[in-house]
Amino acid sequence: MRPGSTAAACTAVLRRDLLLAWRRRGDAAFPVLYALIVATLFPFALGPEDALLARIAAGVVLLTVLLAMLLAFDALFRPDLEDGSLELLLLAPQPLALLLGMKILAHWLTTALPLIVIAPLLAMMLHLPAPAQPVLLAALLLGTPLLSLLGAVLVALTAGTHRSGMLLALMLLPLTVPVVIFAAGAVSAAEAGLPHLAPLLWLGAALVLALVLAPLACAAALRIALDA
Amino acid sequence: MTTSPPTAALLHAQGLAFARNDEPVFGPLDFALARGETLLVEGDNGSGKTTLLRVLAGLMPASAGELRFDEAPLRRESLAGRALFLGHQLGLKLDLSAAENLRHFVALYGQREGLAPAAALDEVGLAGYADEPVRRLSAGQKKRAALARLLLAPADLWLLDEPFANLDRHGIALVNRLLAAHAARGGAALVTSHGAVSFTDPSTRHLRLELNA
Repeated sequence: MRPGSTAAACTAVLRRDLLLAWRRRGDAAFPVLYALIVATLFPFALGPEDALLARIAAGVVLLTVLLAMLLAFDALFRPDLEDGSLELLLLAPQPLALLLGMKILAHWLTTALPLIVIAPLLAMMLHLPAPAQPVLLAALLLGTPLLSLLGAVLVALTAGTHRSGMLLALMLLPLTVPVVIFAAGAVSAAEAGLPHLAPLLWLGAALVLALVLAPLACAAALRIALDA
Repeated sequence: MTTSPPTAALLHAQGLAFARNDEPVFGPLDFALARGETLLVEGDNGSGKTTLLRVLAGLMPASAGELRFDEAPLRRESLAGRALFLGHQLGLKLDLSAAENLRHFVALYGQREGLAPAAALDEVGLAGYADEPVRRLSAGQKKRAALARLLLAPADLWLLDEPFANLDRHGIALVNRLLAAHAARGGAALVTSHGAVSFTDPSTRHLRLELNA
């Protein structure tokens, strides 16, 4: 790949963000530990009855994963904004949306993927019925990238404001609701032995839409954020 | 690279002004910058030097006035790959080494023929520090690592915000050397400084920004 080509730039952004996450792997482990702690505490709070835990297992795992992802959102663009890397990225002779797409991909790979890896463990710990487990995994595989993309747009929108954490949480809530409804709907349908494909397909459709639109929206939002 | 004669104005500003919330920051300014020329922007703290550079880099739109780059109205797309902005924040990742930072930069901005990131680091006086995490470098060394970009990127227009800050005597000489070589190649540069005279080239033109009281 020739330096300065779009392909080289995309790989460079992806590789750098993954390398940075690896150099600071202590920080990257925090959402995973958080999810592990929250899911472990549920049986202590609600009592260890199998039936009760099995009924709430899918919801607990889904929400734990989503909340753990929220913790990491602020790190998506803020460090780059503060150290000037974002200016370099914005002024680079490359399509900004593609480069930001790579940043979002790297962020998903380093925060959501480890959570998806431990999710089956959490589900088993809470006695989620076996037939529902692959559906939960599928819902997470479709739902977490969707949430990453939606979150990235909001993080980009609030990047220019100081102490944006509160605003971000408020704005993210309404966008998270449909993701949770469809993901939980698929898993509970599978638990009941009903067809569960439709909600998964809805998640997939939303993901495809977000894949195309979210990086473009991020690019526009960050240009405005740096304008201030 | 282009067919225009080396004396043609690369950057041309007319009545350029910027205001933040109706509060004037600088301007209106008129200036032209030809190929092979260096323009030193002077002014006190808060006189809008950095803002001027950010406007010229296309990071924010001017409030009034006209800006032309290479005979055409300046747009972000027309600057892409032809202008290089070096701001207060150096855009270096502290957890990566200087060489890793530069390789990332080169992948984004392209690379001048026959010069590799390692050689550029040697030239700015960071030989032996290439694989050290930037976190462990001194402020001046970080600045030098960022200056190595100037050697690598094939840009016509340099927008340098306080390039002399944090540098020692040799570092200042290095910036002057880089600017002279850039001018000799037919490149243009806009350099800000808050007054401490570091320039050696007497042919450098000056643009003075006054504080808007």
